[in-house]
Amino acid sequence: MDSEGKTRILIAKPGLDGHDRGAKIIARGLRDAGFEVIYTGLHQTPEQIVIAAVQEDVDAVGLSSLAGAHDHLFPRILKLMEEKGAGDIVVFSGGIIPDEDIPWLMEAGIKAVFRPGTKIEEAVNWVKDNVKPRR
Amino acid sequence: MFKEDKIKEISKDREAWEDKFNKTSAKISDKKERFSTVSDMEIRGLYTPVDIRDSDFQREVGFPGEYPFTRGVQPSMYRGRTWTMRMFAGFGSAKDTNERYHYLLSQGQTGLSVAFHMPTLMGYDSDSPVALGEVGKCGVAIDTLRDMEILFDGIPLDKVTTSMTINPPAAILLAMYIAVAEKQGVDKKKIGGTIQNDMLKEFIAQKTFMCPPRPSVRVIVDTIEYCMQEVPRWNTISISGYHIREAGSTAVQELAFTLADGIGYVEAAVERGLDVDSFAPRLSFFFNAHIDFFEEIAKYRAARRIWARVMKERFKAQNPRSWLLRFHTQTAGCSLTAQQPYNNVVRTAFEALAAVLGGTQSLHTNSLDEVLALPSEESVTIALRTQQIIAEETGVVNAIDPLGGSYFVETLTNKMETEAMAYINKIDEMGGIIAAIEKGYPQNEIAKAAYHYQQQIDSQEKTVVGVNKYEMEEDIPVDTLKLSPDLEEKQIAATREMKKNRDNDRVKACLDKVRDACKGSDNVMPHILNAVKEYASLQEICDVFREVFGVYRDPGMF
Repeated sequence: MDSEGKTRILIAKPGLDGHDRGAKIIARGLRDAGFEVIYTGLHQTPEQIVIAAVQEDVDAVGLSSLAGAHDHLFPRILKLMEEKGAGDIVVFSGGIIPDEDIPWLMEAGIKAVFRPGTKIEEAVNWVKDNVKPRR
Repeated sequence: MFKEDKIKEISKDREAWEDKFNKTSAKISDKKERFSTVSDMEIRGLYTPVDIRDSDFQREVGFPGEYPFTRGVQPSMYRGRTWTMRMFAGFGSAKDTNERYHYLLSQGQTGLSVAFHMPTLMGYDSDSPVALGEVGKCGVAIDTLRDMEILFDGIPLDKVTTSMTINPPAAILLAMYIAVAEKQGVDKKKIGGTIQNDMLKEFIAQKTFMCPPRPSVRVIVDTIEYCMQEVPRWNTISISGYHIREAGSTAVQELAFTLADGIGYVEAAVERGLDVDSFAPRLSFFFNAHIDFFEEIAKYRAARRIWARVMKERFKAQNPRSWLLRFHTQTAGCSLTAQQPYNNVVRTAFEALAAVLGGTQSLHTNSLDEVLALPSEESVTIALRTQQIIAEETGVVNAIDPLGGSYFVETLTNKMETEAMAYINKIDEMGGIIAAIEKGYPQNEIAKAAYHYQQQIDSQEKTVVGVNKYEMEEDIPVDTLKLSPDLEEKQIAATREMKKNRDNDRVKACLDKVRDACKGSDNVMPHILNAVKEYASLQEICDVFREVFGVYRDPGMF
């Protein structure tokens, strides 16, 4: 498969939280499954993440949050993507997200929330089924 | 430890036993082809004196309180004094956390441990735009000395010791603590506690970083030098493997990278011209207690032995206190599961027991709900009771290093030492730990190990009860701590108010002094102390660091 046809995924770490074990495992897992993966590194603002998503022309963004700031950061990222005309990029997430937040996050436009204990394969399969190259 | 002819005899008997066992093994064979620890270190079925034939009792094992301290740092260990039960706590405002501290002290806790929220950890005030959505969430918000005064209100700083998990702004929080003590009328020479102040492991694993590695280490050496003279009872660095392990390292990597960081700090301080025996006794360590019981015990025993040898032989320390590896332990957050969360009480108890059998000086036991949210008061109480049951009911404290002499534990201890030393030697060849970090070496080793472990979980080669085996449909029935929704707003307002009302000319003058010290070679500590006393904020001081030293960005490797 040439890189033109490859699905491109941005794995992003918004906010100040430094827990990147899960984000890196998912990035590796997706790469091993044949996706083209870009990892933002830590401590990204919503603005930086959205700019990276648009510039890298990705098909999906995976957000990882483990320190409770998802309730502020995720909606902000979705809003900025909408504003930049990138509302069709699929956004999924993982980390420590309390159960009661999942319904409203899904309503806001997060397409999946992966909890601790998710298998790499499970997340990879979800991406295979739900993310297609936009070009 | 045995005579040569005896070893030969045992070897022969062992072979005979194995033959016999193999003949019957058609009936009862091992369930698995390969048995290994949680770190994937292979473990054989049986250990005998043959495995430790090259160990010399006095040289490798010895006596508690004596070189090389394999059996513990004090001669009486827990018979003389139980470990410090130190529960890490902090959330919301300084007032919320102060109430939790009063509660924990009333329940028999013997030391405090402060968890700061993310903006404080990263050197930002609550009113910074990057702090939005993070205020008070993972710890307590400390912006100025005012918050610190509230945090320790009614807590006598000459009676309790306090551990502060703080890294890039460690010098600032230490200065604030000194200032609060002085306001209580307690001399800084009398206060005791720890700042984590371990930036090297931040670059390797925990990733709360601010300035690049080399200037970060310079500020750490400033704190070491300052405390030697001014705050002699303070532990200046808590050299931490905890976060290395949480990031997915193996036990050997945790041990090796932590000790390599320790070597890095000692080298930097010696390079400054400090006498090794003047600061080494105030270095302390912080390890993880993961779920693999014997591997952890062996890790702690090997850690003490390696450090003693490094300090005595490599750095030529003369003072026996410089040889001691004293450590705090926290049970493994990463071993806890969101699924069937009450099982976490059991995991934590086993992990805590390993820490105790490994000779820890202080211990934090995780609460069962920590994987879901900040712990509730009820779950913290169970976690504290777990330690009290180990200390006062189980009897494991009666004998010192009760597993010492076990063929298995001694073999595993030796293996830990050998494998960790191989890493340490490799890092030395790279030019030391800072050079290794700049190359991304430890970071990559850990990422590989974390991925390998996750694959083992996914393939069910390793079991996590309730996650990849014995799963249940469940609604998670745990009540988690809720923070008040207007917390962020209130904290921001209070900090803005403070910044308006203090003497801003004096603040500016103090910050200029901090800047000069950063640019030159003056110790930054006295200048920071003056600045915090004028209520200069954490971020204002950190902004000076960032301006002078530059900002470190995550290279984003995976």
